[in-house]
Order: sequence, then C-alpha cells, then structure tokens
Amino acid sequence: MDFQLTEQQRMIRDAARDFAQKELAPYAAEWDRNETFPAEAVKKLGELGFMGINVPEQYGGAGLDMVSYVLAMEEISAACASTGVVMSVNNSLVCWPLETYGTEEQKMKFLAPLARGEKLGAYCLSEPDAGTDAANQMTRAKRDGDEWVLNGMKNFITNGANADTLIVFAQTDPELKYKGILAFIVETDREGFAVVSKEKKLGIRASDTAQLALDNVRIPADQQLGPDGAGFKVAMSTLDGGRIGIASQALGIAKAALESSIEYAKQREQFGRPIAKFQAIQWKIADMATRYEAARLLTLRAANLKDQGVRYSEESAMAKLFASEAANWIANEAVQVFGGNGYSKEFPVERNFRDARITSIYEGTSEAQRMVISGHRLR
Amino acid sequence: MDFGLTEQQKMFRDMVRDFAAKEIAPIAEQMDHDSTMPDDLIDKMKANGFFGLSFPERYGGLGVDTVTYGLVVEEISAASAGVAVMICVHNSVGSYPLAMFGDEAIKAAILPRMAAGEIAAFCVTEPNAGSDAVALSSTARRDGDDYVLDGSKIFVTNGSRAQFFMVLARTPGTSGYDDMHAFLVDRDTPGLSIGKKEDKMGLRASDTVVIDLEDTRIPATHLLGQEGDGFKIAMKALDGGRIGIAFQALGIGRACLEAAVRYAGQREAFGKRLWNLDVIRNKIADMATQLHAARLTAMHAATLKDAGVPFTKEAAMAKLLATEAASFAADEALQIHGGYGYMREYDVERYYRDVRVTRIYEGASEIQRLVVARHVIKELG
Repeated sequence: MDFQLTEQQRMIRDAARDFAQKELAPYAAEWDRNETFPAEAVKKLGELGFMGINVPEQYGGAGLDMVSYVLAMEEISAACASTGVVMSVNNSLVCWPLETYGTEEQKMKFLAPLARGEKLGAYCLSEPDAGTDAANQMTRAKRDGDEWVLNGMKNFITNGANADTLIVFAQTDPELKYKGILAFIVETDREGFAVVSKEKKLGIRASDTAQLALDNVRIPADQQLGPDGAGFKVAMSTLDGGRIGIASQALGIAKAALESSIEYAKQREQFGRPIAKFQAIQWKIADMATRYEAARLLTLRAANLKDQGVRYSEESAMAKLFASEAANWIANEAVQVFGGNGYSKEFPVERNFRDARITSIYEGTSEAQRMVISGHRLR
Repeated sequence: MDFGLTEQQKMFRDMVRDFAAKEIAPIAEQMDHDSTMPDDLIDKMKANGFFGLSFPERYGGLGVDTVTYGLVVEEISAASAGVAVMICVHNSVGSYPLAMFGDEAIKAAILPRMAAGEIAAFCVTEPNAGSDAVALSSTARRDGDDYVLDGSKIFVTNGSRAQFFMVLARTPGTSGYDDMHAFLVDRDTPGLSIGKKEDKMGLRASDTVVIDLEDTRIPATHLLGQEGDGFKIAMKALDGGRIGIAFQALGIGRACLEAAVRYAGQREAFGKRLWNLDVIRNKIADMATQLHAARLTAMHAATLKDAGVPFTKEAAMAKLLATEAASFAADEALQIHGGYGYMREYDVERYYRDVRVTRIYEGASEIQRLVVARHVIKELG
C-alpha cells in the first residue's frame, strides 16, 4: 500500500487549487447569494481539461486517473461546492457512461465536446416519484421507425437548465421492470424538450437544479446508449463512479470548513486567550481532522480501485457515505466554532454548512449507500 | 412533579395554536424569503397580548406563568421560529432586567408601554465579547445625574424595531465583571443609532442588527439595580431566556417531526410507504424520543422558575438538550424528505436553517455545558 501521490497527481492538485483560489473563492459567496451559474469558470475548467479529466485524449479529455480527479474535485469544491458539482456531473455522470457504453460514433460526436468543456452534460434519472427507488421510472421511450420517442418528467436535474447534452433514462416496457429501462443521449435543442422550473435550494445555489419535461422528444435510434435492457445497469454503474465525485466534493467542503475553523480558533480570543487554547475547541478540531482524513483515505482508495480496473462499487458507496456524513459533521462543528459569526453570511462556513447538506442526499442518499454496502456484505 | 397542564394553560396554548395556524404559518415562508415581518402581524400579536405575556398584570401584562409562556413560544415557533424569537427576546432578556431591577417610577412608566408592544431588545454581545461577555468594552461614564454610554453592540435581536434596549456596559478603564452595569436605553436617545442588519442563514423574519452608542446620555435612574450589578443581571436574565429558547427549539423540532411523519405517510418507495420502512421508523422514534425528553426537561425548568426556586442548572440543561434534539430532528426530517428536503418549497429546508442558531445564541451549547458542569461539580464534587 502506497499512500504517496505521484508527481503528476500533485501537479494536478496544485493547478486545481491555484485555479480554485483565484477564479472561484473570491466569487463563491456572491454566486451563492444570486444563484449565478458560474459559466465563465466552467469554460475555464474545460480549458484546463477538468471537465473530462478521465476521458482519453483522443476523445478530448485529459486522460488522467481517478485519483487526480478526486484531488481536483476536492480543491474546486473547497472553494465553491456548486462549481464542484457541475464538474462532477459532467465528468462522472455524463462523460463516463459515454466513454464506457458509447459507440465510436457517439464518442466522437457527443463525448469529445463534453470532455473539452465546449458542451455541458446532465444526467436525468430522478423523477418526481423515482428518487431512491430509481427503477420506478415513469418516463416512457417508444420506438417509432428509426427513432425513439421520449415522454416524461425528470426531477432535480443538476446542470439541467444549462446543459447541451443529456443522458436520459426511460422505461420501454413497464412489464419488464428494471430490465425495460434504456439509456439515451438527448440534445437539449430537440423539439419537445423544456426546462419546467428551477429549484430554490438550501445550498449549492450557484449550480442549477431543474425539472425537465420531455414531450414527444424524437431522437435517432443510434442515440440509444448501451445495449437493450442495460439502461438500469448503465445508471447504477455510472453512479458507482459518481459517488467518488460526490465524496470528493464533500471532502472539499470539509477541508474548507476545517481549515477556516483552525484559522479562526487561533485568532479569535475569548476569556483572555485564543479559543484554540480551550480543550472543548481542541477536541472539535481533532475530531474534525480525524474524520476528514478517514474520509479522504476511503475516497482515494475507491478511486485507486477504479484506476486498477477492479470492482469498487462497495468502496465508492462507503466513501460517499462516510465523506458526506463527515462533511456535514465537520461543517456543523465549524459553525459552532465560529459561534454567532458562523450563522452570518459574512463567513464561508455558513455556506459550507448549507452546501454540505446535499452531499448525503444526492447520487444516492446515505440510506441508499447503506443498502449498497450491506448488499455486498450480506450477499 | 406534575406535568399535566391546567385548564387555563391548555386554553392558552390552543388559542395561540389557532392564532399561529391562521396568522403566522401561511406567511412564514414569505417572511423568510423577504427577511422581514409584516407590521400587520406584529399589530395582531400586540392585540393578543403576546408582548405582555410575562409582564405582571399591574403593568398591563398577562402575567402568565413560565409553563404557559413556554407553550406559547413553542406554538409560535412551530409556525415561525423568527417570530418566536422576537417574542422570546422581548418577554425575557429584553424586559426582565427592567421588571426585576428597575427603579419603580421607571417601571411604572415603561413596562406598560412594553407590555402594549413597544419592543425590547438585549445588548450584551460585542465583536470581541461573545461567549466571554465580561470581555465587553462598551463604556458607561457617570456625569452628574447622567450616564454617558459609548460602544458598539452586535447580533442584537429585535434591534431595528425595538424602542427599548437593555445595555450592558462597563466603567471606562476596567475589565472585571463587577465593573459592569445594566441600563435601560430609549431608542430616541441622541447618540443611539441602528447599524447594519445581518444577512443570516436562518431566522430571517427576525432582525439582527448592530447598535452603536456614541455619547449616549441617559438619566441615572435608568441604571438597573446597583452599579456593578450588570453582569449578574444579564446572567439572571439569560437563565430565564434559555427556557424560552428551549421552547423555541422544541417548536421547530415538533414542526420537523410532524412534517416528517406527514411526508413518510404519503411518499412511496419500493412499493411501500416510507413509514413502513425500518430505517424511517427508527428515525421517527429517535426524533420523538429526544424531543420528548427535552420537553420534559424544559417543563421542569419552567416549573422550578414558577416555584421561585433556583433553576439555572435546569434551564441550561433544557436549552442544551432541546436545541440539540431539535437540530437532530431537523436533520432527520430533511433526510426523510430526500431531495425535496433540500428545496425551499418544503418547510423542512427553513426549519433546518432556523434551528441552527438555537445552539449558538443566548449561550452556545459549550456555555450551557460549562454552566451544568459547574453546578454538578458543586453538588457532587
């Protein structure tokens, strides 16, 4: 077991940190307040290769390993968790299934512009009545000659209002249950596609979360992604990787909250000394740091397994479960360390606290991760 | 120990519950969104006597007992925690120092105005004096028949609407707790100005502002208690205040539990209603149990206060337990709602933001633990 980062991994991390501190951190509070999508920053992320980090260079990506992706995601999310999720969705939930299940033509046509950051992707699985129970798909796909016709509603779609390319899951035959689900590539300029509404959220407010409608959207048959009957497998295997992305996002939020707590505890004086001199605060910092490091190891291990090409579904679920819960716990303690200041929007821990809360919900709630983990262990 | 409510307590609670359902709940989301409270609502609360709850009848108040007061706060808070904190601060820390330690003539002149709805605020916290209140640096200088106050107070709840401010300040050049004095300051006093309004995570219907005092000259009769009593008065006020905040938290917690059960009964996953799944049932059981334990502790503190016996330890326990239980309930309620819980469209999103401050203000959880430990060690050590 080797816990050292390679020279290249360190370089990627430093580049991401540099970018995040210069291009994201100064604006994150304002984007949060105004619900501004960081379009310019996302474009620059594309230029850096961060929108398709793991995608092979021949398809427009940076061709880097998953560990590098974790490191970059963490740095980006530490500065702006909203930008983090935009990046994570494009990389994990859109580029990955296209690269893994796409035909050569699909990769050249759809994957390359997404990996270069020229286009933005979204992943459309959730529906009003299909959350944790994702197989309960109501969106219907009907074959009509050389086309598929899609009808339905998609819910809580990250990047939904800004995306160019969607991965859409739909049911072709309810009798077949999850085996009837198929995945499709859908461009958002197709007739019948509409953004119904954008959600007002507790946090990650700079990232858009939209409800999308598909009303007789017609796509060519060759925009089916993956073989017949494999849609649900495409969805679930994609989420295995996505969870590493969200674990990394959570790590970034946790790191930001931990670092600012340490800084604050050292300079804030009460009872005649810095609050860092009090055991009650020292214990908090110790527990925050320990949970952060444990979460980081779990996440890097899941990424490392994925890089080796071995199974990582259980490990990515553990990483996501632990890192997201740790991020919530750490951000919560950070607010407490800051006291009244932590409740004010003047300090970033207020945003860290709100942003962290989604990480134990989306791409599989903590409850769903426990289902995955126990499913493996009880098999 | 009898936690059965009297007929009168029940009547009062039901009256306030109706009021909250009709007048507060329907606009709670809007108030949060707009970061304000309509004057119309405040007027209705005045008409119902909410600003005179804890004031003796001879000063125009309702003179309710602490248990009733707690029930009222809980009911209001279940609808809007922002509205509840306004009532809490006014009825406890904002007015208690005057009611308990004020000059009789001043009490006769001011308390009826407060009871009628001229709002009171409490000014202790400063940029460098949070948990460590003794570190405050606002000064009070005696000048003939006046005191002259200078300094800056932060995180003042009700600050922008208040007519009266309880201000804690110290003799210039001192640093001890017995050099601190408590004063009643009228908003119209020259030199008092209302500063910046905080942009907060939650409790957005309630205003939290900076109060600046510059050469603010007040008559010596506005000193509360004796010179040097300030710290003691503030701590005593906070003892009672903590019971109020405990009930505020319990109100949010109850709203969370109700929302969670309602949602779990409607939402289906894997062909079952959520409330038929083990993990959801466990969450509901833990939420209810923790809230119930906290509620009993808060009721106990309230009955001790009503009995006229010491209740500092129990009030600190109640605040600690209730705010932690309510925070847990808000977190689990949000989790049960899944993605919907993260959206402003659902009330739990607001509960989650609102509840977070209850573990911070009127003494952070860390301070409550210090208070409890000090008492327990004195008793057993």
